[in-house]
Amino acid sequence: MKLTVTVNGTDHTREVEPRLLLIHFLRDGLGLTGSHWGCDTSNCGACVVWLDETPVKSCTVLAAMADGHRVRTVEGLADGGRLDPVQEGFTQCHGLQCGFCTPGMMLTARWLLDHNPSPSEAEVREAISGQICRCTGYENIVRSVLWASRNGG
Amino acid sequence: MIGVREKYEGNGAYGPLTRKEDARFIRGRGTYVDDIKLPGMLHAAILRSPLAHARIVSVDASAARAHPRVEAVITGADLAERGLAWMPTLSADVQAVLATDKVRFQGQEIAFVVAHDSYAARDAIELIAVEYDPLPPVSDATTALDAAAPLVRDDVPGKLDNRVFDWTAGDKAATDEVFAGADVVVGCDMVYPRSHPAPLETCGIIADFDAVRGKLTLWSTSQAPHAHRTIYATLTGLPEHKIRIVSPDLGGGFGNKVPIYPGYLCAIVASMATGKPVKWMEDRSENLMSGSFARDYHMHGEIAASAAGKILGLRASVLADHGAFNATAQPTKFPAGFFHIFTGSYDLRAAFCEVTGVYTNKAPGGVAYSCSFRVTEAVYLVERLVDVLARRLGVDPAELRMRNLLRPEQFPYTCPTGWQYDSGDYPRALRLAMDMAGYAELRREQADRRARGDYMGIGLSFFTEGVGAGPRSHMDILGLAMADGADLRVHPTGKAVLAISVQTQGQGHETTFAQLVAGELGLSPDEVEVVHGDTDQTPFGLGTYGSRSTPVSGAAAVMAARKVRDRARIVAAAMLEVAPDDLEWAEGTWRVRGDPEKALGIGEIAMAAHSSIELPAGVEGHLDASAVYNPPNLTFPFGAYICVTDVDPDTGEVAVRRFVAVDDCGVRINPMIVEGQVHRGLADGIGMALMQAIVFDEAGNCLGGSFMDYLLPTAKECPSYELGATVTPSPHHPVGAKGVGESATVGSPPAVVNSVVDALAPLGVVHADMPLTPASVWRAIQGRPLRPDLAVE
Amino acid sequence: MTGGSDEWWEGNAAVQVPAQVEYEKATSVEHALTLLTRYGPESRILAGGHSLIPMMKLRLAQPEMLIDINGLTELCYITLAGNQLRIGALTRHAQLLDSAVVGQYFAILHDAERVIADPIVRNWGTVGGSLCQADPSEDLSAAFAALKGTMVIQGPGGAREVAAREFHTGPYQTVVRPAEILIEVRLPIRAGGGSSYRKVARRAGDWPVGAVGAAVWLERDVVADVGIGLTALGARNFAAAEAEDYLRGRPATADNLDRAGQIAAENCRPVADQRGPADYKRHLARVLTARVLSEALSRAGG
Repeated sequence: MKLTVTVNGTDHTREVEPRLLLIHFLRDGLGLTGSHWGCDTSNCGACVVWLDETPVKSCTVLAAMADGHRVRTVEGLADGGRLDPVQEGFTQCHGLQCGFCTPGMMLTARWLLDHNPSPSEAEVREAISGQICRCTGYENIVRSVLWASRNGG
Repeated sequence: MIGVREKYEGNGAYGPLTRKEDARFIRGRGTYVDDIKLPGMLHAAILRSPLAHARIVSVDASAARAHPRVEAVITGADLAERGLAWMPTLSADVQAVLATDKVRFQGQEIAFVVAHDSYAARDAIELIAVEYDPLPPVSDATTALDAAAPLVRDDVPGKLDNRVFDWTAGDKAATDEVFAGADVVVGCDMVYPRSHPAPLETCGIIADFDAVRGKLTLWSTSQAPHAHRTIYATLTGLPEHKIRIVSPDLGGGFGNKVPIYPGYLCAIVASMATGKPVKWMEDRSENLMSGSFARDYHMHGEIAASAAGKILGLRASVLADHGAFNATAQPTKFPAGFFHIFTGSYDLRAAFCEVTGVYTNKAPGGVAYSCSFRVTEAVYLVERLVDVLARRLGVDPAELRMRNLLRPEQFPYTCPTGWQYDSGDYPRALRLAMDMAGYAELRREQADRRARGDYMGIGLSFFTEGVGAGPRSHMDILGLAMADGADLRVHPTGKAVLAISVQTQGQGHETTFAQLVAGELGLSPDEVEVVHGDTDQTPFGLGTYGSRSTPVSGAAAVMAARKVRDRARIVAAAMLEVAPDDLEWAEGTWRVRGDPEKALGIGEIAMAAHSSIELPAGVEGHLDASAVYNPPNLTFPFGAYICVTDVDPDTGEVAVRRFVAVDDCGVRINPMIVEGQVHRGLADGIGMALMQAIVFDEAGNCLGGSFMDYLLPTAKECPSYELGATVTPSPHHPVGAKGVGESATVGSPPAVVNSVVDALAPLGVVHADMPLTPASVWRAIQGRPLRPDLAVE
Repeated sequence: MTGGSDEWWEGNAAVQVPAQVEYEKATSVEHALTLLTRYGPESRILAGGHSLIPMMKLRLAQPEMLIDINGLTELCYITLAGNQLRIGALTRHAQLLDSAVVGQYFAILHDAERVIADPIVRNWGTVGGSLCQADPSEDLSAAFAALKGTMVIQGPGGAREVAAREFHTGPYQTVVRPAEILIEVRLPIRAGGGSSYRKVARRAGDWPVGAVGAAVWLERDVVADVGIGLTALGARNFAAAEAEDYLRGRPATADNLDRAGQIAAENCRPVADQRGPADYKRHLARVLTARVLSEALSRAGG
């Protein structure tokens, strides 16, 4: 089937199999390898991207379902050359180590701060609770999001 | 961070620098293996056994081969023709690459399908017909040595039982004597359940054989690319200089990416057969079901003490489940790893342990999951026993530990099983942890709560690790000494490139190693580029695991930098027209003693060393140096942890309220990174203690084959950690650093378990096995504990 | 979300991409019904997909045709209609959790939604999809059973209503016929009520070891009516009918709540799995029933 997805503001039209998962469409179809896959069972959240206005686990969404919709990935987080405060926060607070969960974590953090500019620590933990990080023990991810909240949202 | 602060070494280069690595990762520009796409690349998938134990009657791949998108199907028979159906493990055993005779665990590799896209490869494995003749499996390690147990390894000539090895350490007679004379002896059976490192990125490889150049390039999720290169050369017959391994950005490793897996070898064979690059990436269930497990130790421990609470001796008897092939990753002479460091942090007279390894119909492995070779199991054993003893004696567990910890003046200390601990001030660390936790106040609160019927637990652990393997005299892996090299080149403008043999899986080598070199040469860390993870560009070394990067490779980097500095001194002396001995190294420059105005930095000296000036005799020019570091001993980081939990005895739910962790890893090069590593290990400990376990049912089915069932902690199970530090430099490491990457993984599980057991003390619970799920906590209270290794009845 | 019960997964040495399938977007409920009729029993409705797609990846579900209803915004609503709250089948879990009106009348649903999967899954998973997956561990089924809701099912011949407690015919089975679609859940709003839901899980985001929801309506300290729903505990129709019968008409005392918990435990048939042995789950049924009844009562009194 032919589909058109607007990814980070750019329209992409491709011929795909209906069974193609959105994560593979992004990574293999469009070469946007910033989004990762980690578990296949929608548990780990390495594949989190925005579908229209909400974060979703793109390993459990068909590319076909994104036809006619907007997708935002980590590659679309910075505004041109200017980093998003969330990206700054992850650097300042050592919110990443291996970097594999980071894109998904940052996209969830961006969504959280858009809806709740001054979250509590508990609210940050709740927001990222569907995503696994194996490196940070979450401490510095939480600090990174709170840093972003204090520094430009 | 709270703690005993000491001046950072390294001319100001040490300290909490933000990481160089982050710039690419926060933009989604990391390059992990699965991100790499080569022209004409094929994609592979593996057909795996659904049965734990069965004879293979036939494998019919004809329908898969006929699939229009399939390029090749490789079976065990195909590999046998090339002599590659079996490969050596890291522990002097062999492992089937693709099964030929029988399958020995659920998830074992049977056929390798290579197709033009990954979806087609997955489709085609369903077209392969395998006929099995099922055999009864060995699914319970505790019955593996029974006479009636099915034989797992009938491929080994003369093998009549499922025994892998028997191994002992310590002095049995002396230990028995100590026990015979002790006032108090307590014991405990405990299981350290089978777990899995489960890095968020699974394992994978791209094999690209260039027949024209005769060169094999592998992009691989490898924690040990140089060692892998040597092994691939041995296996494939390709000359080693025609093999290049690139280990690009890795999404975590934690020991999972140390071994060589059958899929890697199949990808190499497939690339050679098809003439095209072949990518194979595990999916998550393949990772959990067939890759490297960790732990799986069934332990019985006993501790002997005087009535006054002086610990006198330790005994341990261990049954180690090694799965179907003995693929344990550890130094050759240590079949049970460093388990015999189980005397822990205590001053005691005698100790003895015996470990028996058994084969079962489970996945092979035995990797050092974020630890130095079975130190995790050892620390858990002794720290649980100390708590059991404290209960018996009616002594506070903190007080009992304080009474028995090694004293600072005992270092260097040789423990009863022979390890020589390099340095430590244990009571200082424990006191700091207790102060940070407000220990006395916590005990008062606990008493108040108990009076109200609330169950709150306070758990301690004090650990000593031995990391940084290891001394050439008694540590090697497959005959390769555990030394690491470093090559340092200083460019004419004084900017440096350091090539190292270890590579980051998230630990931040690009930053920490730059700080190490910068500290030695008076440069800014920004002026040092770290090259790693490409065997064509880096010197030989054994890789990143067992917290060995800083102790071994970090030392090599420092030694190379010091060679550069020494050469720079000679050049500087010539430039300043003084004798080298007239110069002193101060503030990052070589300067004339008594005349601080006459000073030269590495930048000026490097330009001179590359210029046309006349060089002093014996100096070759340029400012490059290499070093190979042979560690004289392990380093012995230690720490004191206190975990506070709240337990609901009616539902069995456990909440970790606080976690105080004081770590002493010697000199901290980048304390921000050190703390990040400690955070990681604390979450690991919470996960191990509360939820992580790979369990099998009677039929040998793996019940932990996805993240739905192999649970990893989320942000909601983890508290905000409270970290502290003391600094006791290692006397033999060039900058006094010890490894730290795994300390918290080792030290935290017993703190959590001790805390939960402490909470349940009024209910008579003395021990409960991990993972402390709600069900297992409730069953422990009922006095009918669940077995942590078998399917729930 | 994938299945809460483990048995469908065991031994699947993994094929983690879906098999070939056809796909069509439905433009209206009528269109979806037409497509269902045209493609027959091998077609499946695709809503959030968080149950179906994981099953397809493991090839435990291999539909020939997917009918995507995500574009049917007319099925995505939460509205008050007289003395009913109506929830469109395509309502996302996150929307149910965010809805003030849901929280005002049915605290049980907010309690449940807070512990259903995780926030990201809740963004996309749908109420109707969860119900139709009919996983015995699915939380809303028990909550709706406790609330004595009604499901509205649309077929080619029109809509029909089925009581929540008659919706499921067994694990992974519902009364929805091949050419039908669940379009709405209706919940009666009655004065004097309070409700609560409590789940025990091994970890945040995990399926429940066991969970219980209760709704209670009081008249002068006497339980006028009560609904108790059990999740993952082997209760017939997700409900603890015997415990409800016991409690109805009795004073809301702690002893009576405990007794109701006991009756609920005696009448459920939990099965052992990695989340826990049967005796523990039965124990949970008792403890949690008493706890949620108590909390529901405190909310009813508020």
